[in-house]
Order: sequence, then C-alpha cells, then structure tokens
Amino acid sequence: MPFEGLSERLQNVMNKIRGKGKVTEADVKEMMREVRLALLEADVNFKVVKDFVKRVSERAVGQEVLKSLTPGQQVIKVVKEELTELMGGEQSKIAVASRPPTVVMMVGLQGAGKTTTTGKLANLLRKRYNRKPLLVAADIYRPAAIKQLETLGKQLNMPVFSLGDQVSPVEIAKQALEKAKEEHYDYVLIDTAGRLHVDEALMDELKQMKEVAKPDEIFLVVDAMTGQDAVNVAQSFHEQLGITGVILTKLDGDTRGGAALSIRAVTNTPIKFVGMGEKLDALEPFHPERMASRILGMGDVLTLIEKAQAAVDEEKAKELEQKMRTATFTLDDFLEQLGQVRKLGPLDEILKMLPGVNKIKGLNNIQIDEKQISRVEAIIRSMTKEEKMHPEIINGSRKKRIAKGSGTSVQEVNRLLKQFDEMKKMMKMMTNMPKGKKRGFKFPFM
Amino acid sequence: MSFFKKLKEKITQQADSVTEKFKQGLTKTRDSFAGRVNDLIARYRKVDEEFFEELEEILISADVGVTTVMDLIDELKMEVKRRNIQDPKEMQEVISEKLVEIYRGDDEEYEKSAALNIQKDGLTVILFVGVNGVGKTTTIGKLAHKLKTEGKTVMLAAGDTFRAGAIEQLEVWGERVGAEVIKQSAGSDPAAVVYDAIQAAKARRVDVLLCDTAGRLQNKVNLMKELEKVKRVIEREVPGAPHEVLLVLDATTGQNAMSQAKIFKEATNVTGIVLTKLDGTAKGGIVLAIRNELHIPVKFVGLGEKMDDLQPFDPEKYVYGLFADLFEGKSEQ
Repeated sequence: MPFEGLSERLQNVMNKIRGKGKVTEADVKEMMREVRLALLEADVNFKVVKDFVKRVSERAVGQEVLKSLTPGQQVIKVVKEELTELMGGEQSKIAVASRPPTVVMMVGLQGAGKTTTTGKLANLLRKRYNRKPLLVAADIYRPAAIKQLETLGKQLNMPVFSLGDQVSPVEIAKQALEKAKEEHYDYVLIDTAGRLHVDEALMDELKQMKEVAKPDEIFLVVDAMTGQDAVNVAQSFHEQLGITGVILTKLDGDTRGGAALSIRAVTNTPIKFVGMGEKLDALEPFHPERMASRILGMGDVLTLIEKAQAAVDEEKAKELEQKMRTATFTLDDFLEQLGQVRKLGPLDEILKMLPGVNKIKGLNNIQIDEKQISRVEAIIRSMTKEEKMHPEIINGSRKKRIAKGSGTSVQEVNRLLKQFDEMKKMMKMMTNMPKGKKRGFKFPFM
Repeated sequence: MSFFKKLKEKITQQADSVTEKFKQGLTKTRDSFAGRVNDLIARYRKVDEEFFEELEEILISADVGVTTVMDLIDELKMEVKRRNIQDPKEMQEVISEKLVEIYRGDDEEYEKSAALNIQKDGLTVILFVGVNGVGKTTTIGKLAHKLKTEGKTVMLAAGDTFRAGAIEQLEVWGERVGAEVIKQSAGSDPAAVVYDAIQAAKARRVDVLLCDTAGRLQNKVNLMKELEKVKRVIEREVPGAPHEVLLVLDATTGQNAMSQAKIFKEATNVTGIVLTKLDGTAKGGIVLAIRNELHIPVKFVGLGEKMDDLQPFDPEKYVYGLFADLFEGKSEQ
C-alpha cells in the first residue's frame, strides 16, 4: 500500500528533528505538511484539509506543541482531537415520528449500496428497537432492483411494498404510506433509485417524493471509498433535499474513508451508521473517534475491544481464570476458549484492527488459517471424555484412533498434545506470578 | 505544428458523435476542471510557487492522487525552467502535454493494449471483476449491446450468484440486447456457472462470452480466492482464455482505486479497466496513477445510463474533454 499512517509520517519528521534540542516553528510547519499529505491520501477533500490544517497549525504553534517534550505525539494528539470534534458526537439514533409511521427515505448515487442498506436498516429496527418496518421498492429504473429488495425482504421475513416498475416512484411512495397507516407499521423505509446529483429530472423526482412522503429522515448513502467528489455529491443532495443523516457503506474494505470527514464538513449532518459487511446484520453505529483513527491510519483498538466484550461471556471467563489458576485447565476448556476466540470474527480481520500491524513486515499480509483452528477443534472432539480430562493416558493406538476420527494425522495430534502440555506449564508459572502479569499465553495455532 | 493544434485537428477531423458524446459526458467535469485551470491562469501573471500550489490542488481534486501530482508538478517545474516559461498561458499546453503523456506512456505499449482482444476464430472469453456497486452488470449489458451491433454473437454468464437480484438484473440485460444468459440458482458456485456457460458457448459456437462476477472488496481474501478459481476454470476450459479480464472502476472512487487495481491484478491479472459513471462530476483521475504505476490501460468509459453509453477510451479525447474550453479559448485569441 502506498499509504502511510500519520504516526509514521510524523515519526519520519521527528527523526530529522531529533538532536536539534528544540523544535522550531519551521519544524511544526513541516509536520503540518505531513498532516496535510496524510489527509489527502485518505481522500479528505482538499478544501476541508486546508481549513483543518490551518486550525491545527494555530493550536500547534500556540505553544501547545512547541513546549512539549514529545512534539510528534502532541501533534497527533491535537490532530486527533480536532478531527474527532469535526466528526461530531455519536448519534446513531433514528427519528421517531410522533404519529407513526416514521418515514425514512434512502437516497444516493448509483452503486452506493442503498438497497442493501435499506435491508440492513430494517433488520436493525426490528432487532434492536423491536419495530415493524415496511420496505418500499421505489427504484423502478435499475433492472431487477425491485427483485433485489424483495429477495432481501424474503431473507428477513419482512413485507416489501412494490407496484412494479411501471408506476411512478411518487405514486409508489404515496400508496405505500397509505398501506403503512392502515396496517400499523412503525417505519416505512423507501429505497429510491440511484441517481447523479447533477441529474435535474431525477433530483426533481426525489423532491416530489419528499413532498408526498414527508419523511422524518432522509439518509444519504455514500460509498466510503468515494474520493474528492464526495463534497460535491453531499452538498448537492443536501441543498436539494435537506438530508438528515449519512450512512457510510463498504467500510469493511481497506479504504481510509476520508470522505466521511468531507461529507461531515460540508453538510454538517451526522454520520449515523456504517456498513461493515455484506451480511444483513453488518450495520453498525458510527464512532467518530474510531473514524478519526482510521483516517489517520492508526488502527482500531476500540472496535476490537468492543468485539471482545460482546463475544466473551464474562461468567465463563471468570470460571476459566479460576481453572487456569488452579491448573485444572482441561482440553475441554481449551475447546471452549477456541470457540470464544472464533466468535470475535475472522482472525485476520481482528489482526488488522491492531495499530501498527500493517507496518510490521511479514505480518501485514498474514492469513491466519481458520481451517487450522477447525482441525484443532476436530482433534479434541475426537477424544473420549477421559482423554480430554487426562491427556497423559493417550498412547499410540489412541492417537491413531483420534487422528482417524478427526481426519488428521498422528503428527498433528502429537503437536497439539505437546503444545497443550506447554501451555499448562506456562499457566502454572503464571499462577505463581504476581497479579497483573499473567496475560498473553500462546494458542497452539498461532 | 504545436501539440495543441495537432491534437485539435485530429479531433475535429473525426468530428463525430463519439467526440460529442465524450464532451457531453464530461461537460460537468470539464466545467469545473477547465474552468478552474482557466481561472488560475487568468489570475496569475507569473508562473511561480503559488501558481504551482494551486495547480496541485486542482489536480488533487480530480482524484489524481498525491504522489502522481507531486511528481507531475516537479516535472512541470523542470519543464518551465528548461523552456524558460514565464507566461502562465503557455502552461496550458505543457500541462495537457504531460497529462496525455502519462496516459499514453510508451506509444507501442499503448497501441497494443488499447483494443479489446477479440479472437478472429473461436470463442473469446471476457471476465469482469471489481468491488461492489461499480457497475459490472450494467457494463456487461452495454458491452454485449456494442458487440451485437458489431455483428458478434454474445452469451452472458450470471456469475454473480451472491447479491440478491443480480441474476435477474443480468437476465433483463440479456433480453434487451438479445443474448442468452447462462445461470444457476442464487448461492451456487460461480466457477460452476462459468464452466456451464463455457460448455454452452462452445456448443452454440458463440463468438464472445461475457462473465459477470459478484462484487467483492479486494481485502476479502476468501472472495479473491474464489475469483482466482473462476479464472482457473476459464483457463482450463479454453486455451488462451480469458482473453480479457476487465476491472470495473467507479470514477467517484478515490485513492482506494489503486488498491483495487493492485490486488485484483495480483489475483486475476487484469488486462484493462472500464471507468464507469464518468457522466457525474467525478473525474476518475486515479486512472492516471494506475496506468502509470501498474500499466493497466483504460479500455472503456461509461458516460451515461443508456445502452450505447459505453465508449472506447481514448486518452486524447479524455484530455480534450477536460480541456476543451482551454483549446477553444486559445484558438480564438
């Protein structure tokens, strides 16, 4: 990747400065240049970058950085603070109309992911808020767009309102609303056709739909990979329709997502959700601070921690700790733990969230073999209860049986047993250590 | 004859609807881009540091990419010194010259790679790849139409078995242009669909088989492996195929397009790019950097939503589209 995180960039500048004893204003200027480049490479619009750098420079030169012993880190701190502030607070709430149904319109360019996001949003409304949404297929232009929403509706087991592709979207919106009122739906999610912000005829159509549907929310759906043009798109949609929020899609890619900053700066409307995958539950609340880190190329520890919190059962964790302490950790427990780790998601994705990982040679392209974990699991599952409790009884013929049962080889069984043994030894050592130091043992598959 | 005059003559000679279409599609792009370059040139009396700084911004706003822009600016500065240019007006010429140069690169290489590799005899297989939502299926529909009007028989393989409605979308295109669509049910193995399609294409002696695939983000290792498998099946079943692997890129995409090009090239040996949605205000300037760094040429551009809005890419026309106002403004003087 040609990209370099801001931390590395500033580090390079710092290396040059080091030894000079004092940081001058000229040095700060050079650091600001790096800030500028980092943001531009992340696709933040150049105008937004200009304003931003100006503001940060003022703060930086205003003694905060100059006096500091670690100017590089100070600059990062200032940049991150300003960036987070610019991104706004966390606002993943969706409006609730005083008289239901609440109407939500999804708008955006072609291919931004409106239809998929409509499905995800409906899923979220039902799952998290226990609402009853009606999906409305109002994209009559793209071939099979209606079919796409209908398929999503089927997958979610949710009703989809459609009048085919011969009725005008305005009429569709009108009738959908009537139906929703009659049948007491809480939410009406209108999926509109993708269109260019400069297409006057189609933008007028959206305005008409807005008049008829009187939406409580108009979400602009934007591809996170969008470049400099994001400002034009967002500004134009906002001016013509008055959007109330933004949903950023395809953020599970490797884009820095600087468009988020651009859009936020020109529309001043909150980014509410982010699309993090192709599955229908992959819509997450937007976290300004994490986005700031991402744009600067500094990893995403918070998401990782949150994932871990969500996936790991606290009770079980305590139990496990107890077992480790008393060295009664069995292969069964180990199996359990593997399951917990896997709940976090694909391991290479987890690795990518750690800051600095993409800088370590050989680690940036690492692909942890999920299959390897499956094999370890299979081996353990092929053991008898007794064998799992007392692995020392596993002799040659038992090993053969286990290998056969799990579709692996005796060597692999041997390897696992040896690693498990080492792990136990390590645990014993750890339990003798003072508190707070007993972290980080190696899993046999790493 | 100056570079400009030559270029203009060449294009006015062609004076066909294609150029017109290019101009129309790029009007929005041109208005802002050329307008701003003109503006810049009018405001500056001297070619100095500030002039270059602003030029840099104009190019960055076209998504050309920081590294490429920096290199270009450095080259321009040298050129200015060498030719002793002081009047910003002269810069118009130098800028477009350099831009075309980056696009075209080595002339010989360019000529070879510009045309679509269609076999004279036997089956030609073209594989389409790209991230989600760039317009792969639409591009296939448009290209099928184009090939049909050129008298070829065309078959479509519905290899996007993942996205809801993708197969139906391709079927609609098949009906529109009159091409048979080979499909299996949603969720089936795309490699199997492509295998079936190849057998059918061979049996029916079709000229060109266009293979759709599901959009995938380039950092999804498993999905990229799946794509490699699809390509292997094509290689095995038709010697010398796929004859083209076209990466579809959305012109609104920023610097991530470079990562897309790089990783898709590693996985499927991309032979060309289709740049879609160029009728908006986005400029797709990243193709400059992609062409420069990875040597992948742009073969087609999507300039609208109609069936015939797919045009072969011509760097001169592209630059002409961007700079048309400059050309015309210059000749009036």
